[in-house]
Order: sequence, then structure tokens, then C-alpha cells
Amino acid sequence: MRKIIGIILLIIIAWGIITSLQKMPFGTSRAKVADHYINKGKEETGAANIVTSVVVSYRSFDTLGEVTILFLATIGLGVVLTTIKRKEDRDTEKASLILSTGCKFLFPLILLFGAYIFIYGHLTPGGGFQGGAIIASAFVLMYLGCYKEKRINETGSILSESLGGLVFVIIGLIGLAVGTHYFLNNFMPKGEFNTLLSAGIIPIIYIAIGFKVGSELSKIIDLLMEES
Amino acid sequence: MILIVTFLVIAMLAAAVSAYFFHDLLSAVIASCMVSLIAAALFFFLHAPDVAMAEASIGAALVTTVFVIAIRRTKRYEE
Repeated sequence: MRKIIGIILLIIIAWGIITSLQKMPFGTSRAKVADHYINKGKEETGAANIVTSVVVSYRSFDTLGEVTILFLATIGLGVVLTTIKRKEDRDTEKASLILSTGCKFLFPLILLFGAYIFIYGHLTPGGGFQGGAIIASAFVLMYLGCYKEKRINETGSILSESLGGLVFVIIGLIGLAVGTHYFLNNFMPKGEFNTLLSAGIIPIIYIAIGFKVGSELSKIIDLLMEES
Repeated sequence: MILIVTFLVIAMLAAAVSAYFFHDLLSAVIASCMVSLIAAALFFFLHAPDVAMAEASIGAALVTTVFVIAIRRTKRYEE
């Protein structure tokens, strides 16, 4: 009975997807707003990367929502995991010297790559979320290689997380106060196109998002590793 | 170019199907990690490097870590 209901539901969903996809022409530009982003995005925001100009300039309010969701997910995970009774320390074998030295050698390089990704977010592909995820994967490597010796600094993680969020919101509120009066208005000078110090507030916001996402994701890994 | 993409899509499908059929959950997690990695490569070929970067770092690295930790806390083999 359940299988029959499942198959019927699958057929209904497939029919809905097929009929709605048939209505959309593939490869032609029908949406006017996308054309506007592609043609005018560079002049209006000053960012060479069009994806960044959409994420941090045209749709930055949505980005604030995404960052808030990630923050709430981290808090929820922390609340759930700290109520569980902690297990006693299992006797784990220490990683070999080659593995731990390799992890220690690669760790700063991966951190540097993540920082590059979010600092150059307005010029090259990538941005705050990708850079933050790369930084968190550097912490994963460190936790796999030498878990017993190296841990995340608790206060540093909390500080960078809250400072990132604060910088984002405060810059948005300054944009509300000056200039054309809307949230996250790009009030700073756009600068010379395709240089590092350009595009006004976009690099600042991306650096804040990078710090915030990186510390949140590595905090999630830290919480889970602590419990296992 | 089209040959590379075809090979990648076939490998991705094979990894996805094998993730379903593995009884060893650790192997299943590694197979789903491979799906994410190939998806990142395909995104790159479709001229979407931003999405490819997010897929590679979150889908392949962090999600795999979370699943491996979950398997360590529970059971490794499916009954």
C-alpha cells in the first residue's frame, strides 16, 4: 500500500516538473532582471564578479538572512549537544608523526587560500561563504591530524563570529542613514574598476561574512568532534 | 570536452547508485562524497566556479566529516 502511494506521488511530482519545465524556453533570456544584472551590474556596483554584485549588493538583505540561518543552526546544535551527557574519553591512538606534521604544514596554507577567496571575492570567483567553508575544512584537517594537542580557541572563535555579524549589520545601518537611504546601500567610493580596493562596501562585507561563516562552521565541527 | 563531461556524469551516476547499495555506511558516505566532487567539477565546466567552490568545500569536505562523525557515534554496518 505504502509503495503504491509512493509511486503515485512520484508520478504526480514528475508530471508537475515536466509540465512546468516545458513552459520555460531553455537558453533564451526572458527574465529582465537578470539582463539588468549582467549588463549594468559592473557600473552600478563596481564589482568585477557579477555573482558577488548580486549576492552582496542587489540581494544583500537575503545574504543577511542566510548568515542568520547559519548562526541559528550553530546555536541550536550547541544547545542540543551540550544537554547530552558527555562520554568518558575513549583511548584513541595518537596520529603518526608524518600525518600530524603534514597537517600542521598544510593548515596555514589552506587558511591563506580561504582568506584569499573571501578578500578577492569581488574580483575572482568565490566569496565569504566559500572562503569560510575552506577555512572550516582547514580546521577539519587539523582536528583529524592532531586532535589531542590543537583545539579551537573558544574566545577567539566567539569574538570573530560576533564581530563579523556586527560589522555586517552596522555597515548596513550606516547605509540606511546616509546617501539614498536603503539598507546596505553602497555609500563608499567605488574606486578604480578591477582593483583590490574597489566596489565600496562589498569587500568589507565579504571579509565580515568570511570570518563569521568560517568560525561558525569550524565551531560546528568542534562541537561534533567533542561529543564523538 | 563532451567526452569528459559524459565520463563524469556516468561516474557520478555510478557513485550515487553504489552509495545506495553499500551495506558498509562508511563506503556509502565516501561514495556520496565522490558525487559531490564530480558535481563540483561539472559546475566548473558549466562556467559556475562560485558554485563549484561551495560544492567542493561544503558538499565534499564538511558534510562528509559530519557523516563520518555520526557513523562513529552509531553503527557502521547496515542490518
